[in-house]
Amino acid sequence: MGEILLMKGNEALAEAIIRAGVDGYFGYPITPQSEVMEYLAAAKPEERTGMVLLQAESELAAINMLYGAGATGKKAITSSSSPGISLMQEGISYIAGAEIPVVVVNVVRGGPGLGTIQPAQSDYFQATKGGGHGDYHLLVLAPNSVQEMSDFVPLAFDLAFKYRNPVMILSDGLIGQMMEKVELFEPIPRWTDEYIREHHGNWATIGKTPDRERNIITSLDLVPERMEKHNMHLKEKYEQMEREEVRFEEIQTEDAEYLFVAYGSSSRIAMKAIKLARAEGIKVGLLRPITLYPFPKKRLRELADQVKGMLSVELSLGQMVEDVKLSVECRIPVEHYGRVGGMIPTPEEVVEALKTKIINR
Amino acid sequence: MAKSKVIPHHDVPLDQIIKPENIIFKKTKLFTDNVLSYCPGCGHGVAHRLILEVIEEMGIADKVIGIAPVGCSVLAYEFMDLDMQEAAHGRAPALATGIKRTNPDKFVFSYQGDGDLAAIGTAETIHAANRGENITVIFINNGIYGMTGGQMAPTTLEGMKTSTTPYGRDPRQMGHPIKITELVAQLPGTCYVTRQAVHTAALVRKAKKAIRRAFEYQKANKGLSFVEIVSNCNSGWKMTPVQAIKWLEENMLPYYPLGDLKDVGLD
Repeated sequence: MGEILLMKGNEALAEAIIRAGVDGYFGYPITPQSEVMEYLAAAKPEERTGMVLLQAESELAAINMLYGAGATGKKAITSSSSPGISLMQEGISYIAGAEIPVVVVNVVRGGPGLGTIQPAQSDYFQATKGGGHGDYHLLVLAPNSVQEMSDFVPLAFDLAFKYRNPVMILSDGLIGQMMEKVELFEPIPRWTDEYIREHHGNWATIGKTPDRERNIITSLDLVPERMEKHNMHLKEKYEQMEREEVRFEEIQTEDAEYLFVAYGSSSRIAMKAIKLARAEGIKVGLLRPITLYPFPKKRLRELADQVKGMLSVELSLGQMVEDVKLSVECRIPVEHYGRVGGMIPTPEEVVEALKTKIINR
Repeated sequence: MAKSKVIPHHDVPLDQIIKPENIIFKKTKLFTDNVLSYCPGCGHGVAHRLILEVIEEMGIADKVIGIAPVGCSVLAYEFMDLDMQEAAHGRAPALATGIKRTNPDKFVFSYQGDGDLAAIGTAETIHAANRGENITVIFINNGIYGMTGGQMAPTTLEGMKTSTTPYGRDPRQMGHPIKITELVAQLPGTCYVTRQAVHTAALVRKAKKAIRRAFEYQKANKGLSFVEIVSNCNSGWKMTPVQAIKWLEENMLPYYPLGDLKDVGLD
């Protein structure tokens, strides 16, 4: 059993970054995730593992530092919050196009604009539908505990390198700021240059040797036939992700007549709401998407044959609910309930919404 | 057998002249065989060649990672037989930072034009220089956006006509041409900052020495080395190559004088 500590979500994330054998963290301070860089700076990662820690002049620069480092086969990560993630979208689009494995963490706060520093889940569209320009997807992981803030870091890197695709950990201000116990994983050593040459030398820019063609990292192709081929190659990757990487958790769905669909902090509220509803005799369960892209469409479609209605609980005006509706193909009623602007719904509110929007509709 | 072509006014057939032992000037090994996309008369090809010659002579090709910008040299990676990355517009110094920080044993250079480096990428340029990133920046200044069709650049001279300043750049509206190299030279993070040109044979030789020195500074871990090359854009300037070079000498060089702005010493 690993070391167990009481930590903030942001601190657990930072510790996991060092333990995951990351080569470089590049970031810019923004509430509510500034503890990540502060924790890293205090932890002296350059002494512990040799990891580079750099405070960039902007989120724009930070994401492009990830581009440069990731394109050499190194593990590079950044964390930010909503307005900062918006600034990074240019770089994320280029990274997706150039197929560079990097990890981006968004500890979401309310928007639009400067919005609020309080928690929100209003960046779902941005995270799962592209965000920047062009046809692309991030693989999106949504932690709902401090434990998962830690565990998803090595998982994100595994997936990023498996697909040569940027992976986003979509957290929120609640998960980032709250304290829970966390079991830390054993440190993973940083890759050696020899390992990178052997495993990623067929694409990474590590210095051209006479025995091979040069490696070029680019998202540009001015020949339409070739660019279309590249776009179709990306599509095949996304289709493979949809086949192989869908992750979700089910709670009390066996006998459920109604279903909450919720991710991240909302799923924690929904768990409590299930207890309250079941005490009243309402058989409700929860499907918690862990990957927001790829989305657990197939399982939701199956559950649509079992339950009478679904309530998508989100800290937004209704974003994930669109994917839930698409998944169930209008077979049953699907509604949304959410609070925004940094307001957090109580479990009682969620049960009441289930009654008014689904059960007694 | 068909008769061999003969050079006018000479009696010797061409195939008796074109022989390996007669070659006194040839393609640098690190140039690929792809046809350059630059206009005839443009300085980019010469600048590419100088960088590649320096890398070849230093024997560091297997340790070099280059960065191409957005602009006319967006396809630089098609011509340089090196591992290269293509950056978003202006972001090359940030890429270079990420590469060099995680690969301190590698040589990293960015190749950027004036719009890329001195307009959209100003923050990345200044802050990479201020941090003293141990990289080499090659900056091609031709006072215009060539790739997109000759629009005003931050370095466009006062009164100079471009497609977005058809009546000439008016500083009251568009500001003055920016001397970013002078700005960069002020920063303690830079070790070697110089302004060169490549439109005469003598200047080409000087520019090559400067690029070599910039890479030697990187080898010595001294900080950011910065080589501006004042170049021409005859297409964008709507001139013949000969006219463009004359215009460069008479207008660009008085505002952007050649020479070293900073050289802290290699020892």
